[in-house]
Formats: sequence, C-alpha cells, structure tokens
Amino acid sequence: MKEVLEILESDARLSAADIAIMLNKEKTEVQEAIKELENKKVILKYIALVNWEKAGEEKVLAMIEVRVAPQRDKGFDTVAERIYRFPQVKSVHLMSGDYDLAVFVEGRNMREVSHFVSTRLATIEGVLSTMTHFILKTYKQDGVILEDVEKDRRLLVSP
Amino acid sequence: MNTNTSWDDFVNPVVKTIPWSGIRKFFDLVVDTPGVISLGVGEPDFVTPWHIREACIYSLEKGYTMYTSNFGLLELRQAIAQELSHTGLKYSPNNEILVTVGVSEALDLAVRALISPGDEVLLPEPSYVSYAPCITLSGGKAIGLPTTIEGNFRISADQVESAITPRTKVLLLCYPNNPTGAVMDRKTLTEVAEVVKKHNLVVIADDIYDKLTYIGEHTCFATLPGMQERTILLNGFSKSYAMTGWRLGYAAGNPDFIGYMTKIHQYTMLCAPITAQMAAIEALKNGRPAMKKMVREYNRRRLLVIHTLRDIGLPCLEPGGAFYAFPDITGTGLSSEEFAAQLLQEEKVAVVPGNAFGPYGEGFVRCSYAASMEDLGQAFRSLAKFVKSRGMRPRKVFSAVTETEQASPGPKEAAG
Repeated sequence: MKEVLEILESDARLSAADIAIMLNKEKTEVQEAIKELENKKVILKYIALVNWEKAGEEKVLAMIEVRVAPQRDKGFDTVAERIYRFPQVKSVHLMSGDYDLAVFVEGRNMREVSHFVSTRLATIEGVLSTMTHFILKTYKQDGVILEDVEKDRRLLVSP
Repeated sequence: MNTNTSWDDFVNPVVKTIPWSGIRKFFDLVVDTPGVISLGVGEPDFVTPWHIREACIYSLEKGYTMYTSNFGLLELRQAIAQELSHTGLKYSPNNEILVTVGVSEALDLAVRALISPGDEVLLPEPSYVSYAPCITLSGGKAIGLPTTIEGNFRISADQVESAITPRTKVLLLCYPNNPTGAVMDRKTLTEVAEVVKKHNLVVIADDIYDKLTYIGEHTCFATLPGMQERTILLNGFSKSYAMTGWRLGYAAGNPDFIGYMTKIHQYTMLCAPITAQMAAIEALKNGRPAMKKMVREYNRRRLLVIHTLRDIGLPCLEPGGAFYAFPDITGTGLSSEEFAAQLLQEEKVAVVPGNAFGPYGEGFVRCSYAASMEDLGQAFRSLAKFVKSRGMRPRKVFSAVTETEQASPGPKEAAG
C-alpha cells in the first residue's frame, strides 16, 4: 500500500499495470488497492502540478496569518471551515506559535486578494486579526523545484 | 630535435599490449550521435543527496583543505568500521581499513601488493573492464572463469578448483556483478570458500554494488568461516550513495595486506581528497534513508526492465543486483557490436556491447537502468521496434567464443 502511494505521489499517471510490474504484484491486486485507497479518501485526487507563471497567467498567492478566538467544544474548527469554503482559499492549516491559522489565498492580483481578506476573511466572527504576506517567488512546491537546472551531466557511456 | 623519433618506442611494452577499453571505443561513437537516450551509463542517474553535498561545502567553508593521514580520516575509518560491523565483521579503524580514491585505486593497490610477475588471478567473465588490465600491469595473469546465462552468470567451486595452478594466488570476486547483474548465493560462496582455504588463496572481493541487491541478501565473502583474514574487501560510495565523481572507496583486510597497500598508496596517492572524505562521513552517518530510497527506485525500474525484455523476447537473466540487465541478443543474428551500433544509428539508443567486458560477453549487450522511467520507457519501445525489425532467429555462436570453448567450462586467459 505504502509503495503504491509513493509511486502515485511521484507520478499519478502510471497505470495499475505498470505499478504492478514495478512492485512485482498482480495487476488486480494493485487495482484493488488503489480503489480501496480512493474509497477511504487516502488518495484524495489526481491533479497536475502547474507552473502558472510559465503558462503566462497572472496569479497572486498570499499567506495570511489569522488569529482566531477559539470556541467552546469546537476549538478552531468552525472558523477554519468558514474560511476554507471560499474557493479563493487554496489551503488552511492550524499552526502552533504566534497565530492560529495559516491561510493560503489565490487571486488575480494583489487588490483582489486584499479585498477578499478585508471584506470576507477579517470579518468572520471569531477572527481577531489577520496579517497578509504576499508570496514573491516560489522556488519549490510539493517537492518539485520549479526552475530545475540540474540536468543529466553524466557521460553517455561509462564502465 | 630528432623528428625521426617514434615516441611509441619509449612506451612500456606491457602498457602497449593492454587494449583500450571497448567502452571507450563505443563512447566515441555515441558522442557523435545527437539526441541519444543512453542505457550505457555505469553510474547512478541520481545526483549525490543534498545533505552529503552540503556537508562537503561546509567542510570547505571551515577550511578543511589539507592532507589527511595516509589511511584516511580516522573519523571516516571509524564510520566504515561501524558500517562493516552490521555484517558481523570487526575491523580495526587503526590498521585494517584504508581509504582510497575509489574502489579502482583500492583494486590496483590490492593487486600490486599481492601479485608478482607470473602470478595468476582467477576472475569471473564477463567482468568489469578494469580487472584484467590491472592484473596485467602488475605482471600477473588474469585467468577468466567463464560464466553463462544458463548458469546464472555464477561461478562454481568446481570451476574455481579446476582453474587453480601452482601459480594461482588470488580469486577476484565481483558480485553483484557488472555487467551481468548476477548475484552469488551463500551456499555456492561457502563452497568456493572451502576451495579458497584448501588451496591457500587470497580473495579480493569487490563489493561496490552490495547495497544494490534486490533478490535475497548480499553475502559479504569475508563473513564466511575463516575468510575474513584472507579477504581484501573493497567497497566505496559511488553506487550506494550516488557519489561516482567523488572518487572515494576503501579496502578492509588484515593488517599485513592493508599495511602493504598503504605503503604503495602513501607514495602514489598520499591520501584520498579530504573533501570527499568529509562527504563520505556524512553519507555513512546520515545517508541510509536516501540510499534506501534510491535502491527502492532501482528495484522498480529493474522489474519494469525485466518485464519489458521478456515482452521483447530477448532472453535475460533476472538481475539480482547492481543496475544492469544483460540480455542475450544472438537471436537477432547480430554480434554485440553490430547490435549496439545499429541500435544507436537507427533508434538513437545507446547500450554497451557485451564484448567490452571480455570475450564471454559476446552475444550480449549491457543495458543500464540507472535512467529515468521516462527515458527507460522510450528506450525500450525503441529497442522493441529494433529487435522486431531484425526478427529473432535461433541462437548463433560468435567467433569470439568458439563452440568448443563454450562447451568446456575450463579456464581461459582473460582479455582486457
């Protein structure tokens, strides 16, 4: 199971047949394992990691530190849910340290993101404060170096 | 200046008789072909893990740019001793371990320390390109122990015993094997060890691919009963930690052998580069997870490659180690060199002709799967197309190994 996940995490396009060969297992066994992982929501989705900048699209990403007043019985969950339901919100994490939620928001430009933060996010009941950090450049995302210059420098034939 | 001088006349005749490596010849052909996908590379496609590179950079910043002890940094020798202790072997970091410039240097030192003119060294064939020339340079004789695909490219104790003459001094072992990918089982090795003891031989065991063992567990020859004292164990960082260009290896053995090897090393090399030694310490201390990850990845590719070769119809021993597949291509009616040259020309895929690894490699090509999945996929599709275009005919025996030679498992002097 773990190996199937590792392989899919590095290349989600590989077929169950190929994965079966690579793991020396039966194709049906791998198919069933994948199905089960999907059903259990261990595998959430198969997506492409896109470098939008290269695609010529203007996008702005910001990380917003949100301080939240926790609620009895619910903690931070209710506020987190109200935040993550917005489609502009790419990810939400509960943090240790000075603030509570790290919220990643995507927009077409800075104004759009600022507008979202000031009118939608900061106004949610229970949100005490926000601090917006715009992301200037992404070097590495989900384990992938965006401008990877490390090409194969080996000699073409060696002993 | 006397322009009539032939500088060639000045050269040591022994050096002149050693043939150029067949790999070098083929390399020249490949570099002139643009857009090649190469399965001809004998090194990992991974770059050295970053934590190891970073440790090396840090050591440079700290000013570690000096000579080390001839033996190598004590901290590194201690880490090597610790690493070897996992197989149950105890070596003293003080006088039983020597850090060298790759296993290549360690091999050269071991051969030079042991071999006098006329001494014979037994080694499995096909074999890595450097063994026989190293032996020849010491005045020794490389005696090939032919291995075949039918025999899983393994040697047997009987085979070793029947090749022994009064001049036989050393048995050179190299499993997992380059180029065949073969591994030896413990039972056979134990039988070989008995022959070694009976005939009072020394074993040089090149364990460079030991971590890259996928079927069963690698048996380190020195761990067999009574073998530690008569084995010079060679290993290094190139394959397991993707550190080929760092040129760092080591030898472990009894204090006499290591002492004499160090004597040569102190005059010829002085010490291995300190930056590489610093990196190696980091590799041994913290490199295991990255190494295991690479091994898992090689194994996946290995299984894919075996499967694909079977589909193509090329007979191939399932490689148990290293990162090579060594398919039999005689069914195509081509020689190794013809196959490799035509595949390169028509499909732009480079493989190494098997005869580069001695006469018993004829009829085979070495395909390295130290390449990305993408490249492997593309390369094997092209290979399949090429083989199909040639059609598979009954196996043909080529002149480099005559039928009579193939029939008899007797010893044969190895070519370079």
